[in-house]
Amino acid sequence: MSWRRLLCLVSLMFLVSCSDGSAPTAPTRRAAGPPAYGDALVVGSIGEPSTLIPILASDSPSHEVAGWVYNGLVEYDKDLKLVGDLARSWDVSPDGLTITFHLRRGVKWHDGADFTSRDVLYTYRVTIDPRTPTAYAEDFKQVRKAEAPDPYTFRVTYGKPFAPALASWGMNILPAHLLEGKDITRSELARRPVGTGPYRFKEWIAGQKIVLESFHDYFEGRPYVDRYIYRIIPDSATMYLELKAGGIDMMGLSPVQFARQTDTPDFRARFVKYRYPSFSYTYLGYNLKNPLFTDRRVRQAITCAISKDEIVHGVLLGLGQAAHGPYKPGTWAYNPNVNDFGYDPARARTLLAEAGWRETGSDGILEKDGRRFSFTILTNQGNDQRIKTAQIIQRRLRAVGIEVKIRVLEWASFLTNFIDKRNFEAVILAWTIPQDPDIFDIWDSGKTGPKELNFIGYSNPEVDRLLEEGRRTFDQEKRRRCYWRIQEILARDQPYTFLYVPDSLPAVSSRFRGIEPAPAGIMYDFIHWYVPKEEQLHQ
Amino acid sequence: MTAYLLKRLLAMIPLMLGITLITFVVIRLAPGEPVEAMTALSPKITAETRQRLREFYGLDKPLHVQYVTWLKKVATFDFGRSFAPDHRPVTDKIRERIPVTLSLNIIALILEFGLAIPIGVFAATHRDTLYDKGITVFVFLGFAVPTFWLALLLMYFFGVKLGWLPISGLHSLGSEGLSPLSWFGDLLKHLILPVSVATFGSLAGLSRYMRSTMLEVIRQDYITNARAKGLAERTVIYRHALRNALLPVITLLGFSLPGLIGGSVIFETIFAIPGMGQLFYQGVMARDYPLVMGILVIGAFLTLVGNLLADICYAVADPRIRQGRG
Repeated sequence: MSWRRLLCLVSLMFLVSCSDGSAPTAPTRRAAGPPAYGDALVVGSIGEPSTLIPILASDSPSHEVAGWVYNGLVEYDKDLKLVGDLARSWDVSPDGLTITFHLRRGVKWHDGADFTSRDVLYTYRVTIDPRTPTAYAEDFKQVRKAEAPDPYTFRVTYGKPFAPALASWGMNILPAHLLEGKDITRSELARRPVGTGPYRFKEWIAGQKIVLESFHDYFEGRPYVDRYIYRIIPDSATMYLELKAGGIDMMGLSPVQFARQTDTPDFRARFVKYRYPSFSYTYLGYNLKNPLFTDRRVRQAITCAISKDEIVHGVLLGLGQAAHGPYKPGTWAYNPNVNDFGYDPARARTLLAEAGWRETGSDGILEKDGRRFSFTILTNQGNDQRIKTAQIIQRRLRAVGIEVKIRVLEWASFLTNFIDKRNFEAVILAWTIPQDPDIFDIWDSGKTGPKELNFIGYSNPEVDRLLEEGRRTFDQEKRRRCYWRIQEILARDQPYTFLYVPDSLPAVSSRFRGIEPAPAGIMYDFIHWYVPKEEQLHQ
Repeated sequence: MTAYLLKRLLAMIPLMLGITLITFVVIRLAPGEPVEAMTALSPKITAETRQRLREFYGLDKPLHVQYVTWLKKVATFDFGRSFAPDHRPVTDKIRERIPVTLSLNIIALILEFGLAIPIGVFAATHRDTLYDKGITVFVFLGFAVPTFWLALLLMYFFGVKLGWLPISGLHSLGSEGLSPLSWFGDLLKHLILPVSVATFGSLAGLSRYMRSTMLEVIRQDYITNARAKGLAERTVIYRHALRNALLPVITLLGFSLPGLIGGSVIFETIFAIPGMGQLFYQGVMARDYPLVMGILVIGAFLTLVGNLLADICYAVADPRIRQGRG
């Protein structure tokens, strides 16, 4: 009797701590033995990295692996604060134009060479070199002058103060002594990288796995886990079976796997499941050039007609939260006071009536000037969650007299034939939430050109001004005010109906200890994970 | 015969040219570009960067110029470098995947022919009996059951429940340290599930084909004649009937030559086998033109060679054809 009550309480606490959204939750862990070196973490991945020279890669597997091999000058810590990595510290000049990085001394490349400012300068130069096919040159083109006055100082000067600049120096620094004067696209470092990071490259068997081993001279100390093995398993069902059979130690679970398939005593004994908000949000975006959606009241009405909680429960099985703006709940840029309309179909009908939409026909669909209120939601193939979301929205909007059709398209043709040509009425897509809150590219009215990201054609002079202001100061308080105001405006304008922020749901073998969930997730502290000697599995 | 061979070989040249031209155009008709996969919906890309990338890959030139450039290189057996961010030569990427696909397919092919032919013959000689019907049900089950579903069930049963067989991949972790013999044993264990699933799925076609040609041959006069001579039923079936019924199978073997290097996407994805199917699929999805063209050209070449070989073998095996053409 008494333990049952206790259990109730624990699960209640679990719920409470989940609902505030910021604190990741994990069930209690077993007592830990003393930290020990050894063992290997086997991670499963759907995709294979394309290249381990990070500036040439645009896929997440490449960056995931390269992230252990290289360092940047700065990094985000567990609370998502920018801290020094290869840079010990940095100064920003009072006018905000010059950043001086003071580099760490005694850092070694994996081949034994010393890390100096020459490496940083090389990385900067190769990134902006027009012959380098990279997707990351933009932030660095804002730099007017880059110099390395001595081996442990690196200074950059900007034409205008540029707040995202600091975070952009989190880019992985490449070894100048191995790359200078060579064609980076043909460098063998793409397949066998040399970095400064906690893990050094051991082998890459194409299509099967990549093995990294711990770098004993790493400047933050030798990592406990000896090897990091990245297994490529392209099918998620297979990956899940591998997890259960012990073939891999860690994978991100789907909501169904998390909530329904892993709730067995056996699984709970062998794995620890974690849960925290991911860095992305899914939205319903309207083509604002389309006469259907030019009236703000119509967009507000659609938001009122959609129950976001229902979508979170139906699609994510409750493993996520409703989104009200473009930031991750709990981060400093997120404005907790902004709350859009909430589920209110009666208000939706009123708003639509105000906008001139009347029910005249017999089919229950609203009409205005002889036009039925009917539109198509486009989304991409292969994402079941988005398709289900569209179906729920379809049903809810039908209830207020709007007819919705759903069309699912292959990714490349979706972008080329529909997004780029502005040939859509509404889309369901998702954005990654960047750690720096600068969202200029998505909302600025000047970013509506071909291939640019404000493809819905949003334009609001006040937002434009605030976006500019927010990226031109390093003062976090000033920036916060800009981005909080932007969220208020977006909540009123509803250019998107922000739908949900899904949770990340990793499961990790319970033999790994020292995992500390934080706003940044769990992997930020991987070098301090360990397996007690008696539980080690791999030699 | 030599003249005939020479004629056939020469005819392959315009055929290959036509194939490359058509595939080159078709793959480019698909919406999206290689640059797209790198830059689409990325906040850090300007029109200028995109233009720079297009120039880097030579996509800014007119299509016919691109085709001629590509063709010139292919004439010297240079398939170019992949458009994927690794920029590796296409031949390297294909070379590292071919051994896996080739050996898997050869094993599966041997098993398929080795099982399907006896099954077909048995079904034919026991026509309309319970055996025949049972076999039909069995092979069509293999044909009809979705590969991925069966694979997952077997993986769950043998891999998770019983723990007898590895689930996916080709080698266990730490297999590098094993002796060559146990290393090979480890590899074989990994191959059991994928090879069985692949063979089971392909039994139907060949065994049904074998059954019907066998039935046709058995009805021939010379079989009746052989029986009338008082030959043992075994000799009639295996010496006289089977040898003739096997002739069309040669053609099928020729057709399966290009299939040897073409993997199956679903199959390789489920079993995490790094084969050609996956490579091709990824190439198409990323619009990696040089890679896709490279694989298609090799595939087309093998198809033509396979047809030629089948014709030659046919002529060698069947005097009627040899004389008819001689």
